[in-house]
Amino acid sequence: MNTLLNAKAAKPFFYFSVIVVALVAFFAAFAFEKVAAQAPPRRIISLVPAVTEMLFAIGAGPQVIAVSNYDIEPAEVRSLPTVGALLDPDTERIIAMKPDLVITYGSQNDLKQQLTTVRIPFFDYRHGGLDHIMTTMRALGERTGHVQQAEHAAQSLQRAIDAVKTRVAGKRRPKTLLVFGREPGGLRNIYASAGRGFLHDMLLVAGGEDVLQDIDKESAQISTETILARAPEVILEFNAATRLNEADLKKVVDPWMALSSVPAVKNRRVIVLTGPGMTVPGPRVAEGIEKMARALHP
Amino acid sequence: MSVRRRLVLIVSAFAIFTIAVLLWAPTVGSTAISLGRVFDRSIPWDSNVDAQIFFVARLPRVIAGALVGATLAAAGVVLQALLRNPLATPFTLGVSAGASLGAMLAVTMRLEFGLLGISSIPLASFAGSIVATGIVYALASSQRRGLSTNVLLLAGVTLNAFFSALILFVQYVADFAEALRAIRWMMGGLDVASYSPIVAAMPFVLVAMGAFAFLPRTLNLLSVGAEAAAARGVDVVSSQRVAFLSASLATGAAVSLGGPIGFIGIVVPHLVRLLVGADHRIVLPASALFGASFLVLCDLAARTVMAPLEIPVGVVTALIGGPFFLWLLVKKS
Repeated sequence: MNTLLNAKAAKPFFYFSVIVVALVAFFAAFAFEKVAAQAPPRRIISLVPAVTEMLFAIGAGPQVIAVSNYDIEPAEVRSLPTVGALLDPDTERIIAMKPDLVITYGSQNDLKQQLTTVRIPFFDYRHGGLDHIMTTMRALGERTGHVQQAEHAAQSLQRAIDAVKTRVAGKRRPKTLLVFGREPGGLRNIYASAGRGFLHDMLLVAGGEDVLQDIDKESAQISTETILARAPEVILEFNAATRLNEADLKKVVDPWMALSSVPAVKNRRVIVLTGPGMTVPGPRVAEGIEKMARALHP
Repeated sequence: MSVRRRLVLIVSAFAIFTIAVLLWAPTVGSTAISLGRVFDRSIPWDSNVDAQIFFVARLPRVIAGALVGATLAAAGVVLQALLRNPLATPFTLGVSAGASLGAMLAVTMRLEFGLLGISSIPLASFAGSIVATGIVYALASSQRRGLSTNVLLLAGVTLNAFFSALILFVQYVADFAEALRAIRWMMGGLDVASYSPIVAAMPFVLVAMGAFAFLPRTLNLLSVGAEAAAARGVDVVSSQRVAFLSASLATGAAVSLGGPIGFIGIVVPHLVRLLVGADHRIVLPASALFGASFLVLCDLAARTVMAPLEIPVGVVTALIGGPFFLWLLVKKS
């Protein structure tokens, strides 16, 4: 009787234990799987120069094994192998290098498809506004196992930005045109920053008013007529050269003299900002904002 | 009606239309300006925004447009007759591809030299067009019997393809921003913002136009056939030479000024032919005039429709010219 009862009671107990063990095993496996997925990548390939800079800024630099053809900053990347760029990523090489994380740009659909096929995870990025730099740094920190350093880097960048904001607060904002490209020696094919994107944000932080803020684009090709009509008080022009001597500077500024009714030209406030880093939405934006603020509010 | 009377009548009609367009175009744009202020000498130049918009932003553009449009249309007429091919354009014989390659190299190699106020890009593109013309000419005249239009055509088309490949290659190895700038150059643009590039292109265009003035009768005969022309006392070889070289020279100068603006060189001649018949004595001057006004109007659209954004003028010429031409083609046939 007793044994019978025991046997009867043991059966549900047996089933119960099986279920418990299975559940534990299932959750354990799931948890382990999750842990495995979260193990920080050791072999990162970055195809986006701005993100490469962010990776190095958050301490993930040593994990980067290859970069794009256009990566030059920080100096460490210059000795790394290159694997193509935005329009021509060398998919074969990328896969052959066995990366465990690839930083892709939003428009690289073919590459992303191929990476999915071979099960290489990727971190997709697109340029955005100024805040997007901090957001991306934090997301990268989480993805690469540098949460604290990323938080630290993002905060110090934010502090640098806020410091400039406070400094220029209350000052009159000069109407500013931000030019980042034109034909050398003339005023043809002028490309300027318009009402969206990080350059526009940088200009606002640095205490300027964007004369093209009504154009909802990151950049716009504008005619001399538009410049004459909008009459900017300051023209900030990026130049990729690291430094310009007096004569070269004059050569760069001279063509603007044709538009002498523009207040920026009349009052000699066409200011050339040198340094190749000015147009990279990475950790160096603080320097760029600083330069712009000094130019706008000397 | 005698030919002379018809010629005078039609050409003066085109001339009046073109002059009206040229006078009107600089007065309209993305900004409203007061003509009174533009010509008010009592306002100092440095503070007269209206005058600067008129004289710096608009007038050079209109003049450049007229010059480029007239040149490309006239060169189109000449080359279509010379090659006896209705599909010929000023760009068929490799001139524009050479010019584009030159401009592309100047952009990507960051050449920053200048000459008499002309920057490196137009200079390099003009040099490129001269090289292309030289190659095609040398190939076509290498046979014993003068200039072979067949070789001219095939050499031109092949050179076009070859140069295009080089352009793509240079573009591919170039920096991203530079490649973009070079591509933008190839869409054409007339916002020259200065008179010096116009002054520089002018002599070449004038020389070519002067040469064109002697061509219409010969072109009429040549478009029937070289033998027939020779039978009527035309010095075929030297006329072909003059036609080819002057058309190429003018095209090179026009492209270096405004970029390879497409469609003008093929659509305008055919449009004019549909309107006035095939006599080159009328077609050539009428095409030059209509090419000028057509391009100025297209550029007017380019600078106003999406203002303050610019539409590349080469895009506008094709967008307006294409459907318009097809409509006329269907209506006439």
